[in-house]
Amino acid sequence: MSDRRTRFLGPLLLALGLGFFASSAQAVLRVEITKGVGGGLPLAVVPFKVLKGEVDVDIAQIIADDLERSGKFEVLERDNLISSPDSAADVKFQNWKVLGQDYLIVGNVEQTSVLDYRVTFELLDVIKQKSMAAFQYQPRENQLRRAGHKIADAVLEAITGSQGAFDTHLVYVSVTERDSLDNRRFHLQVSDSDGGSSETIVSQRQPMMSPAWSPDGNMIAYVSFENPRRSAIYIQDRFTGRRRILASFEGVNGAPAWSPDGSQVAVTLSREGSPDLHIIDVETGRSFQLTRNPAIETEPVWAPDGETIYFTSDRAGGPQIYKIPAEGGKVERVTYEGSYNASADISPDGRLLAMVHRVGKDFRIAVMDLKNNLLDVLTSGRLDESPSFSPNGEMIIYATEQGGRGVLGAVSADGAIKLHMPLSEGEVREPAWSPNLP
Amino acid sequence: MKKLPLKSSLKSTFVWLCAGTLLVGCATGPVDNIPSAAEAGSDIAVGSAPGAGAIGGTDTFGTDQSLFDAEGMVSSAVDGVDVGRSFGSDAFFDREAIFDAGSPLSQRVFYFEYDRDTLSDQYLDTITDHGRYLATYPESLVRLEGHADERGTREYNIALAERRAQAVKRLMMLQGASYNQIITISYGEEQPAVLGQTDDAYSRNRRVELVYE
Repeated sequence: MSDRRTRFLGPLLLALGLGFFASSAQAVLRVEITKGVGGGLPLAVVPFKVLKGEVDVDIAQIIADDLERSGKFEVLERDNLISSPDSAADVKFQNWKVLGQDYLIVGNVEQTSVLDYRVTFELLDVIKQKSMAAFQYQPRENQLRRAGHKIADAVLEAITGSQGAFDTHLVYVSVTERDSLDNRRFHLQVSDSDGGSSETIVSQRQPMMSPAWSPDGNMIAYVSFENPRRSAIYIQDRFTGRRRILASFEGVNGAPAWSPDGSQVAVTLSREGSPDLHIIDVETGRSFQLTRNPAIETEPVWAPDGETIYFTSDRAGGPQIYKIPAEGGKVERVTYEGSYNASADISPDGRLLAMVHRVGKDFRIAVMDLKNNLLDVLTSGRLDESPSFSPNGEMIIYATEQGGRGVLGAVSADGAIKLHMPLSEGEVREPAWSPNLP
Repeated sequence: MKKLPLKSSLKSTFVWLCAGTLLVGCATGPVDNIPSAAEAGSDIAVGSAPGAGAIGGTDTFGTDQSLFDAEGMVSSAVDGVDVGRSFGSDAFFDREAIFDAGSPLSQRVFYFEYDRDTLSDQYLDTITDHGRYLATYPESLVRLEGHADERGTREYNIALAERRAQAVKRLMMLQGASYNQIITISYGEEQPAVLGQTDDAYSRNRRVELVYE
């Protein structure tokens, strides 16, 4: 346990020590659980006592919401808490046992200087009456929410042994004034995995699309139409805002996808005529053409081992998923079920392929097991798209509709848990889930 | 008489057009049936047969709903086309023709069927005219903006709409317009002409818009 603690704390303190650029959020995502599994492990989170100073983030609530959203826990309603201990020494285990709780999280927070805080927490096993994990973080003011997500990840790992993905980010495109083709604005935004702490990194009248994270989480590639004569793929430093053009040729400049080592980006270009896949070296800008076919080839995604690229092609009529060695070579068709399969993403373990799959007139998110080729349709929307796996492979975020406007949906890879994340204003589309962050 | 310079890539383009659009007259030999810019203004009898579709520049989507059938598909206008005829109007276009609201060149939007990049017969005359204009005035430039309806994935729609723009570009190049006079850009489903999720809205959004620069 102590090994894990030091491993966990080292990079954490480093990360939390860095001040992040945060602009004011345009609009905020909310999370609504639309389908839960029930029967999660009973767990209580006591509101963190503020020992000193001003703290306007409810860290305990962030932890509780994260754990509830995982589907693995049933978190005790705050109204039903019987006491408010802020450290293990104050806990009377018998009381929590009577309430039927297996686990208890207690903690406190204090402001140590104008911008600095100290967050202490402890996870307790109520049945065995012992501590399972206890950490202390020193976040800056704009990292208080992140401390909550870190604690939720630590709790999930201590109890279930599996890695959490709460302390991760989303990038997505939001559109405000979307009902006016003349006034609408496009925003490229980054938020926490729960939609909190959103910040806008680009805002403009012209469309942006297809944001993609670099494997280290520092850079975002995206497509912008700010030049009316030529679209462009940009890569932008998420923290400094500095950006450069990776590709801007006549026709299509689209669908950027980073190689797992971050050295290359696969893109779609139509400079040779028909849209084909090209691979561009990020450092040198040198590129080579990966596919050469009169049909459409687009939406590349790299397998985690970096050796195979999955993509969409309509070479057999309608769009289907194919694969090709990343060095070039023989193309093999991957999907056969249904007349429309596109926009693939691959799970971090390389086992599952998520895609947009047409059912009748509707476009849904499906996953295919690459071992046995079994396809499982996970969602039930009219126009669900842009599936993206969480870095632990458990959840898939995607774009869907609610009440006629674009919202984000999340579904567990087994379909058991479903959430909607509407934006407080405007609509949101094309989410991409970040890799694990340092 | 000036011969259209046909490179092998253009030839294959032409074969593709024949296969893809039921372009009549292909069988009689591809090269001679397409008027070059120099020919079309003089001795080749061209002109649109009755029912061959919108040429006059007034028959656009704002005014004629009947272009769509119940499925929102653009109706085909093959009936009434003379076998073996050439495309394009017989008008000579002066330099200012693109500013004339009554000119065939005032039609600048071409619509497509769902998930298709095939040119509808009803636009072949107009696109041919634009190609002739570009060939006549090599300093003129156009931008072809491809669009798709919102169904399907965004990047696939970008690719699809690019292919629509390229189909228009190829036909214009067959009239002698040069590659560098025509740039294509694809917006996919990102810049709809109209909002809404009806078949009618979808059919208005599946389009290529031609913009003189």
